[in-house]
Amino acid sequence: MTFERPELEMECIQRILAGEKHLFHGLIQPCEHSIYFLLLSMLHNEAEAEDAAQETAIKVYRNLHLFRGESKFRTWVLSIARNEGLGRLRKAGSLREDSLEAMAEDQEGDFTPAILTSWREIPSETLEKKELAHLLREAIQALPEIYRNVVLLRDIEEMDGRETAAALGISEAAVKVRLHRARLMLQRELAGKLKGFAPRRGLFRWGA
Amino acid sequence: MRIDCKHVWEHISSYIDGDVDASLRAEIDRHLETCEICSAVLDSTRNVVVLMADDRVFELPTGFSERLHARLDQELELDDLPRT
Repeated sequence: MTFERPELEMECIQRILAGEKHLFHGLIQPCEHSIYFLLLSMLHNEAEAEDAAQETAIKVYRNLHLFRGESKFRTWVLSIARNEGLGRLRKAGSLREDSLEAMAEDQEGDFTPAILTSWREIPSETLEKKELAHLLREAIQALPEIYRNVVLLRDIEEMDGRETAAALGISEAAVKVRLHRARLMLQRELAGKLKGFAPRRGLFRWGA
Repeated sequence: MRIDCKHVWEHISSYIDGDVDASLRAEIDRHLETCEICSAVLDSTRNVVVLMADDRVFELPTGFSERLHARLDQELELDDLPRT
């Protein structure tokens, strides 16, 4: 079940609050992927991210009566997930200071892409090769966290800039800057490695 | 005035998202017609963005959903939901 229409989502929430508790499974299901990978991005540990994802779902359920529909449901859910992740980092004493993030925002940095003279497209069918997906995951995991969270929500979860900004508690302008830098870092990291996955000319064709 | 490569790179992400105004887009398009480096940079960046969005890159761990919903079932059974 997905909720393309917010009014259906609100109706579902009303019914859950009125006692049809079992509907909560269908309400949270479309958010599972985003919750887990945001927490994995923050916590770097699969078991901990899974536990935090379960806690998040329970907190969403317990606080459902507080959701007013001012943002998208998923945005609200992800801000709860983010708080769960921050709480765990704080407890472990490994929370980075906000000032560090602000510094990273200001620094000029070198965001030059990998210079290529030609590019043969890697078709998505190639993802059936496990090592390609692995390379992509590794490159994303290696990004600094402030970039990783943005690229995760914008490019992997395919949320829009506004939704991403609200879920991460940053401005839309910061989302744009971080996404731009993250994409160039990924291009620089991956372009050379991905070239080997390009189909050799003349072997087969895809698309038209 | 023709824009240079560095200027094009600054706008690559917005260009991919269709988030540049018409005059800048036209400038970039004109640059891309003759610059094979920027064309390759744009194509490779766009390709990376497309590949990342594929569900096969980030798959949930096996059994994740089952475990989550089992835990939720326990919570739902225990809970008497607050009414508003």
